[in-house]
Amino acid sequence: MNININNLHFTYPTGLEALKGVSLTINAGEQVAIVGQNGAGKTTLVRHFNGLLKPTSGSVTIGDWDTTKYSVAKLASRVGYVFQNPDEQLFSRDVLTEVEFGPKNLGYTKEKIDELVKQALVWTELTDKTETNPYDLSPTWRKMVALASIIAMDTPIVIFDEPTTGQDFANVSRIANVIAELKKQGKTVITITHDIDFCAENFERVIALSNGQVLLDGTTREVLGQEEILAQTYVDPPQLTRLGKLLNLKETVINQQEFLKAIK
Amino acid sequence: MALVNIQNLTYKYPLTKTPALQNINLQIEQGEFISVIGANGAGKSTLCYALAGFVPHFFKGEISGEIEVDGVASSKSTLDEWVVNVGLAFQNPFNQISGAKYTVFEEIAFGLENAGVPREQMQSRVEEAMKLTGISNLADRSPYSLSGGQQQRVALTSILVMQPKLLVLDEPTSQMDPIGTREVFSVIHNLTQSGMTVVMVEHKVEWIAHFATRVIALKDGSILTEGKPGDVLTSDVLTKNGFGVSRYTSVAREAKKQGLWKKEKLPVTLFEAAEGFNRNA
Repeated sequence: MNININNLHFTYPTGLEALKGVSLTINAGEQVAIVGQNGAGKTTLVRHFNGLLKPTSGSVTIGDWDTTKYSVAKLASRVGYVFQNPDEQLFSRDVLTEVEFGPKNLGYTKEKIDELVKQALVWTELTDKTETNPYDLSPTWRKMVALASIIAMDTPIVIFDEPTTGQDFANVSRIANVIAELKKQGKTVITITHDIDFCAENFERVIALSNGQVLLDGTTREVLGQEEILAQTYVDPPQLTRLGKLLNLKETVINQQEFLKAIK
Repeated sequence: MALVNIQNLTYKYPLTKTPALQNINLQIEQGEFISVIGANGAGKSTLCYALAGFVPHFFKGEISGEIEVDGVASSKSTLDEWVVNVGLAFQNPFNQISGAKYTVFEEIAFGLENAGVPREQMQSRVEEAMKLTGISNLADRSPYSLSGGQQQRVALTSILVMQPKLLVLDEPTSQMDPIGTREVFSVIHNLTQSGMTVVMVEHKVEWIAHFATRVIALKDGSILTEGKPGDVLTSDVLTKNGFGVSRYTSVAREAKKQGLWKKEKLPVTLFEAAEGFNRNA
């Protein structure tokens, strides 16, 4: 299911013009990272995908659905959205109820719900915490509950808003595993992130936004190698890309394997 | 005498079985910039709460051992006496913002109002603090209309304005972009240069290596290792215990196995890595 964004403009009621003509196509099954400085329009853009925001002008379609013609509740069957702050989305008295809530509301059969919930809990390593109240868990585990509750909805498109902020090493790996599993299932994963090393290691395509417009769009290697242009939106290339540049390596390297190969 | 002196501190939250902090011994000199690292659940935030007096004064629970700041013992002090010396910026700024104020300016003045600071002083201190953290342009906004990164700056500023002897920061840059992170680290660095003492919980290893004077690694409520950033952040102990390290450290460790990194010491920063790899070329 493709996402088509055509000359999207969005102005907040305060008069702030957050998006100034964005046109993009995100194909089914792509793993896309959206990067850019605070205020570049990243969150404003992705909130158009599930209809939380509607275009001031231009259009956004999810498959054959124009988002202005469908409710957020309806769009939730196609687009799952994991908030940056889990506390903005969790409300149930225990983890299991929380994770079941989404798929139940989408009207799946009991068997399908059980299967989806089980899988989501396994991927997020929450199987031993199903009876716990989410608010008795640490913020990092609450983040995993937020992830699980969206994954369990089995939507073709999943959006993560800053999944790695404040997460430790172990949890960042857990989140990377979830993204890899979603990829295997052919889902579209769109992630907003400031964690550029995480971006380099887990995504195929990167879109850099600046000041409400698309600054760069291409494969991870193409985009993250453009140090000067990225600087306009205050994004530093990944650590090893910067190191490669400093050492005058011929090609842009984005991960450890490539770096070691290049210096041999 | 050390500004902070923690002796045999063990603490357990109410209704929990295992202690969140176990036998912590730590001395911090004035002007130090201490970075605390560790996995989630290692006790980092609890250590912050203990330094800020919330443990045990607010959270209750069982405590043994002692924390002294500037010669005053936490056990012999009340929370309102304690906060004059120690300021804590919360991990989640949303939990810190009072909800009682309409503008960022008033929010930052809130602590000073409660401390009975005269009005004229209050205004100039608030303005000065906002300038320092680069949020003067947000003065008239509602604290709740801000982005996560901006809220974090407000939370930090509202503590800085109190001019505490010890500044405790629990992941103050977690919601910031790289430029915001850089600015916050350089503000903190400048403060420590002028004598403020800082304890900061942080995951961003490269920044810690640039600025911190000492790193303390916590695991399961105890101090696993501590020392200079360059030593602690490259030690095998960290990788064995599941800590994240900088990409420079891990790539050099791998390169060393393949004979591509010749130096004894592993790098933490870009500069150290570039220098080491260049020497091989």
